[in-house]
Amino acid sequence: MNIKNLLWIWMCLLPIQTMAQEMALVRGGEFLPLYGAVKNEMVQVKDFYMDAKPVTHADFLEFVQKNPQWKKSMVKKIFADERYLTAWDGDQQVPSELHNSPVNNISWFAAKAYCECQGKRLPTVDEWEYAAMADEKIKDARKDSLYNVKIIRTYEKPKTHLLKVGQGEKNYWGIFDLHGLVWEWTQDFNSVIIAGESRNNGNGEKGLFCASGAVGANDLMNYAAFMRYAIRASLKANHTVTTKGFRCVKDANSNYLVQK
Amino acid sequence: MSLARQLPYFLAFLFLLGCQEQTLDSSAYLDEELDEMSIYHLPSEWHTQSGELIALEDLRGTPLVSVMIYTACKTACPRLVADMRHIETAVKSKTKKDIKYLMISIDPTNDTPDKLMQFAKDNQMTDDKWLFLQGTEESVRDFANILAVKYKQISPIDFSHSNIISVFDRNGVLQFQKEGLGMENDEIINKIISISK
Repeated sequence: MNIKNLLWIWMCLLPIQTMAQEMALVRGGEFLPLYGAVKNEMVQVKDFYMDAKPVTHADFLEFVQKNPQWKKSMVKKIFADERYLTAWDGDQQVPSELHNSPVNNISWFAAKAYCECQGKRLPTVDEWEYAAMADEKIKDARKDSLYNVKIIRTYEKPKTHLLKVGQGEKNYWGIFDLHGLVWEWTQDFNSVIIAGESRNNGNGEKGLFCASGAVGANDLMNYAAFMRYAIRASLKANHTVTTKGFRCVKDANSNYLVQK
Repeated sequence: MSLARQLPYFLAFLFLLGCQEQTLDSSAYLDEELDEMSIYHLPSEWHTQSGELIALEDLRGTPLVSVMIYTACKTACPRLVADMRHIETAVKSKTKKDIKYLMISIDPTNDTPDKLMQFAKDNQMTDDKWLFLQGTEESVRDFANILAVKYKQISPIDFSHSNIISVFDRNGVLQFQKEGLGMENDEIINKIISISK
């Protein structure tokens, strides 16, 4: 390892306090996600802190100012495609009406880097889904048809990525906007395997995956969740789309001080 | 290698990708002509089956054929390995150029260099053109994401994963992917030969 690499590490480890945003504690538990449960066994989720709001354009601007390799003009295509931060007029010109809207047209690599520079990480698919199955009153509202309908309505609404964060109601955990504005990147989005989705070279889907039968949908009625998993399965890590942003999480045992 | 010695490399990987502050000097010093789509932009370090620590970038200059496997795999992986051997044999009969074949473990916790070496021996893949690589959970995920390889751990020893063989040119740019098992290999073989010219 050379000195240059070490230098970069230390530059990132400098505290970036202004970027720290309010986090909410999500108490762990077990649940059955739509996809990814092996043989329909419950998935365990540990306690974690989650950003109470999605990362905004203003937050991300601060990040690229400190980490210029993530500027539009500097970023390598292998980490973010040509639509990266497409709403920005240049490397640092964010339209003022977007400051408090969720940052979008962001790649998985960029989202991951943002979280790491704050000592956080992207949520796993299971963590995200666990936090997002709560409505305002209960931890798991998935059986409530109104909860599902409400989410699907927002999927039908155009240009929700232009809305401001933190305007709606907090969910049970004190988290805003898990539904309604943008879909969000997850750390292990590439673990979502939906057979027959991808490049296939004309072969049947049998040969594509090892043990593919073991991981499947358990509740096709949950159409909103199905949409999210399908989006995850269809994206590559350098893809940037209008309807996808992100937020960060942190393990609950890492002594993170929740800001009131 | 002790944990204490590995830790700096792991930390380096964690923070390097996202947080490197580049000055004009350092970016000029870096590979200025490296294609934007090159995997060598991904800073990562791996242990080979001989226990040697290498950076991905050390492989620059040689065409690569890669596949992601894990040694405990009983179903698809033996067939993937057979495909790789078939491809290697066919390519060798048509070109003398140096080509590296990477077998990247998606199970870095269990697939230690020793296990990888044993796997290499069991499969008669001891020639130095075969590189078996152990990364970290994170470096493996990054690499898989560049290749759009999907995988999920479904038990302590089993993974569900896509069966994709990828071909990179000398600058680490992905040129071809073959998905699925036991299919016609002519196209990928011709691609490797044309890249290695």
